Amino acid sequence: MNVPYLYSYRNLWARKLTTLLTAGGMALVVFVFSAVLMLDAGLQKTLVDTGSWDNAVVTRRGAESEVQSIVDRPQASTIESQPEVALGPGGVAMLSKESVVLISLNKRGTGQPANVIIRGTGPTGLALRPQLHIVQGRMFRPGSNEIITGRSVAERFAGAGLGESLRFGGREWVVVGVFDAGKSGFDSEVWGDVEQLMQTFRRSVFSSVIFKLKDSNGFDAFAERIRSDPRLTVEAKRETRYYADQSEKLSAFISYLGLVLSAIFSIGAMIGAMITMYAAVANRTAEIGALRALGFQRSAILLTFLAESLLLSLVGGLVGLVLASFMQFFSISTINMQSFAELAFGFTLNPGIVVRSLLFALFMGLVGGFLPALRAAGMNIVDSLRAA
Amino acid sequence: MFYLGLILRNALRHKLRSLLTLLGLVVAILAFGLISTVVGAWYANSEAASNARLVTRNAISLAFSMPISYKQKIRAVEGVKDVSYANWFGGVYKDPKNFFPQFAIDPESYLRIYRDYLLPEDDLRNFIRDRKGCIVGRRLAQAYGFKVGDTLLLKGGIFPGDWEFVIRGIYDGRESKTDTSQMFFHWDLLNETMKKVSPRRANYVGVYVVEIGNPEDAAPVSEAIDKLFKNSSWETLTETEQAFQLGFVSMIEAIVAAIRLMSYVVIVIILAVMANTMAMTARERLSEYATLKALGFGPRYVAALIFGESLTLAAIGAVIGIALTFPAARGFSALTGTLFPTMQVADATVWRQVASAAIVGVLAAALPAWRAARVKIVDGLRSIG
Repeated sequence: MNVPYLYSYRNLWARKLTTLLTAGGMALVVFVFSAVLMLDAGLQKTLVDTGSWDNAVVTRRGAESEVQSIVDRPQASTIESQPEVALGPGGVAMLSKESVVLISLNKRGTGQPANVIIRGTGPTGLALRPQLHIVQGRMFRPGSNEIITGRSVAERFAGAGLGESLRFGGREWVVVGVFDAGKSGFDSEVWGDVEQLMQTFRRSVFSSVIFKLKDSNGFDAFAERIRSDPRLTVEAKRETRYYADQSEKLSAFISYLGLVLSAIFSIGAMIGAMITMYAAVANRTAEIGALRALGFQRSAILLTFLAESLLLSLVGGLVGLVLASFMQFFSISTINMQSFAELAFGFTLNPGIVVRSLLFALFMGLVGGFLPALRAAGMNIVDSLRAA
Repeated sequence: MFYLGLILRNALRHKLRSLLTLLGLVVAILAFGLISTVVGAWYANSEAASNARLVTRNAISLAFSMPISYKQKIRAVEGVKDVSYANWFGGVYKDPKNFFPQFAIDPESYLRIYRDYLLPEDDLRNFIRDRKGCIVGRRLAQAYGFKVGDTLLLKGGIFPGDWEFVIRGIYDGRESKTDTSQMFFHWDLLNETMKKVSPRRANYVGVYVVEIGNPEDAAPVSEAIDKLFKNSSWETLTETEQAFQLGFVSMIEAIVAAIRLMSYVVIVIILAVMANTMAMTARERLSEYATLKALGFGPRYVAALIFGESLTLAAIGAVIGIALTFPAARGFSALTGTLFPTMQVADATVWRQVASAAIVGVLAAALPAWRAARVKIVDGLRSIG
């Protein structure tokens, strides 16, 4: 027979300050743990949402990102003539030859410079990304010095808002529109006319070719043909895959760093739980003796104290999660090691993170409470009754 | 003396509890020190930067280069003492994980300006003479076991192809914070190869390093250089080396700030643990404190007993934690290889560790001490803990 759970619950309630401090320590650890997972999830979501499963990205073989890639005009034309390229209204290929370079812009307020991706594209470029909508102003006119900026670029960089202008490459560029790309990576980009930008940056080659697949299943055949064509030095990836790869390094960095920190911090919280539980056992020696004398088994005593510790950690875990969920209102911007450009992304909470955070909290409670519970269970009835 | 003895006896009464609290303190102080050291390592390059050096880059961004012909023009600007140039190579050694900076440089002028890289006379001569030669820093050499005479193979990223170099020397840093995790080779080799494979990209330089005679001239000289190339096809941006290096740190500022915040979170966590220990201790001894009061000791005396115990624990934890920070930083440095240029425990870090331990010690004792000082003798004697 087990000791009623109410007993464990009441005991926590009886020493409010101790419960508060111990659970508070755990809450902070869980906060760190879940905030890191949320940040990683936010990064993945941002970059995965950037790509579309039906689009293919063609870059130079071995290039880590579009920024490092070059695709010359003959190769781009070869790709354009492939049968897998979807045709849009009027028989125009749904394909965009793009030029992607980094420019250094100054942040609003601090004036700190940061690298921003500027993408030279055309009207098809917009059609290929249905998640992208112009929310202020209008699209740039082809062949002009007009540009449009992503929402987070417009907010964070000086001169990037609607009606303002940026100077780079010896020319003034007027921002005629601001677009929202549904929190995807495009929100951290600036878009302009591809030919104008290539001229400005004195480039004769494109960075990448993006197109919509006529039939989504045709991708593998296309990728294989491209790979085996001796005239081509390029490789193709599905757009989703391309952007997932883009998040690899930063994601590994964030999760590695965060998990190491959580692991170290959890030692502190587990020690806290252990101290509390040892004290709880010591203070209740006579009670334990009485419970045993009433006929409760050693295993029941063990479970009781474990339950108390687990309950304590569960409270800590829940508080930590609630705190962490407020992080969803924030977003951070940092350099993506792969493209070397600034990327803004937020914290995303999902059910998987909730479960993992609570399990992590319970794990801390289990480790912290196990030895004290063992001591309680090992007590001798007569000695413990005498202790009071 | 009696007083100290009482504090010590009290601390040792619950040996297990004190030991656990100490262990927690040590972990927290150690973690705090390590995190601060890692954050400091990010700033190491900008701290080592001289303010008598300027860096000129293409105004569009670092991804763009400038013609080699700018060298003579910059050299002619008043206040400029010396000019050198470098290209970021960005090659991969065996696996993309093995990251270390590689630069194509003009050996003579570059090493003339960067006097902090110490190279034996013979090795320097061999390096300058051998166009396929390269030099590597001491930390880099240790991380990958490079020796003089070894062949170093890099896979080009920005400059495609397989590149083979012969290590002609291993340089040391003049100071402990000098970055010795980089590899340098001949700009001429890079340029000759580019002339052959992609002539459009030949004769371009990534950054110019400009040494000026007087650090106070940094602003006017920078302006003069940028004015020289204004409205040309390659506009420039010149800033002090320190500002240039800080620009890199600012790119990951959000992450650095988050990590710094974490170092304070661990202190708060341990504060909660320590405060709990002191609260439990004081609660259990409430009747003793009442007894002391009944004997005529004042509330201050009782409070001081609790503060003394808390600070004693904090002090022991701090000493062990700080002592462990140094070997831990060395271990971490060996583990991460050349990811960070240097990994030095700064004096300021140690002081901050001491300060956090003191704050934890005081705050943890505050509430219990206040309670114990105010408890009425009758209530205290009645209390059963």
